[in-house]
Amino acid sequence: MDTTKQVPSLLATSIGRKIVMGITGLFLCTFLIAHLSGNFLLLKPLFDPTDGGKAFNEYAEFMSKSPLIRLPEIIMFLGFMIHIGLAAKLTSQNKNARPQGYVYQANDGKTSIFSKYMGVTGSIVLIFLLIHLYSFFVKHRIIGTEETMYETVKIAFSNPIYVLFYVIAQILLAFHLNHGFQSGFQSLGLKKNPKWNTLINKVGLGFSILIPLGFAIIPIIMYIQSIQ
Amino acid sequence: MRTMKLKLHVWRQENRNSQGRMETYTIEGVNEHMSFLEMLDVLNEKLIKEGKEPVAFDHDCREGICGSCGMVINGRAHGPWYKTTTCQLHMREFKDGDEIYIEPFRASAFPVIKDLVVDRSAFDRIIQAGGYVSVNTGGVPDANAIPIGKETADQAFEAATCIGCGACVATCKNASAMLFVSAKISHLGLLPQGQPERMQRVLDMVAQMDKEGFGNCTNTGACEVECPKGISLVNIARMNYDYFKAQLKK
Repeated sequence: MDTTKQVPSLLATSIGRKIVMGITGLFLCTFLIAHLSGNFLLLKPLFDPTDGGKAFNEYAEFMSKSPLIRLPEIIMFLGFMIHIGLAAKLTSQNKNARPQGYVYQANDGKTSIFSKYMGVTGSIVLIFLLIHLYSFFVKHRIIGTEETMYETVKIAFSNPIYVLFYVIAQILLAFHLNHGFQSGFQSLGLKKNPKWNTLINKVGLGFSILIPLGFAIIPIIMYIQSIQ
Repeated sequence: MRTMKLKLHVWRQENRNSQGRMETYTIEGVNEHMSFLEMLDVLNEKLIKEGKEPVAFDHDCREGICGSCGMVINGRAHGPWYKTTTCQLHMREFKDGDEIYIEPFRASAFPVIKDLVVDRSAFDRIIQAGGYVSVNTGGVPDANAIPIGKETADQAFEAATCIGCGACVATCKNASAMLFVSAKISHLGLLPQGQPERMQRVLDMVAQMDKEGFGNCTNTGACEVECPKGISLVNIARMNYDYFKAQLKK
């Protein structure tokens, strides 16, 4: 290769940034799986009345105390920061690439609607994330409280407005993942073999429905329990 | 034979630096067998007779292969038909009394020169940055001296059918040129003749694309839908893959 030319770094080019968006996005998908697996412990008292939230509290305790979790936690935080920061950068570049729009707005009827509103769905999910972090993470890890994590969750999910907000955020997350999952593979160039594309698209669709559904069902069940 | 009366809203702009505006014209007796460009020719004749400035638009072969005739018709690059250039769009698509909005391709990398004509030389500069292969000096090589599998040849040919019209840029919500650039990169990168420069080519062409001020790809697939030659998003995946590899190798 011609070494006399200066090759810009990955983060300084359009495709490089998209690759990093893809990597961080798909990494955050793995975080969703881990988070949801833990959340399912909230439902343990349904099947085992003697549990009373013990399993979930032990899990929350492990997550906040174990030194094994610190590194993945920092990586996850960085993943979010890079994904959001690059999204802002790319969006502003995209706006500059077409300063004057079209008078007549049309839809080709074939492209996915979710793909066009990634910024909107992503921003709402970010707002949710900040409120969500404040309700649980900040309250326990930064401010400190006497409540157990299970109690905090139980109180939050007995508030119908909080539950509604949570469920709406999950729907928007589903929209975001609907495009994002397969789009991440495309940005990494892993959809260059059409043989695999159907599989990637199907797994992406399944992921985008099942993961937010899993998250949303927990506050709904806990709310129904709280009013009984 | 059906004839129709149409109301046209056309973007008029004197030159690169002037402020443009939409102007409305009524045109009668449009034959359904006319191509869209022929309809514009009729409009221009009428304007000339009235002592007005005709509408400037790009056109050349008028047989769907040169990529010159780019315009946005009712919000769609090259109009409402799939896999069709503007010259191949026929007036039978429209009905009597229709209103049609005709606008130039919009992108900061494609500045309007006049009316519907935009400067697409950014594409030429991208090609210059890497769209070449090394050839040994000496006699003309034999036509089939390098065997290439049918599947690879087909994929490379498919990418090579890109006519560089810019509809992908015009239709992309981010005015991204990635479909065009990826077609050029794939077309050479898939073939043995394109291997020596393969990694440098993708780095150089992408660098030039960024320099021209095109937007970034958000994988909406709108470009693929509007491409008159049906260039596939698979080309963008190939480009992304090669780009990543080239970055890791540098």
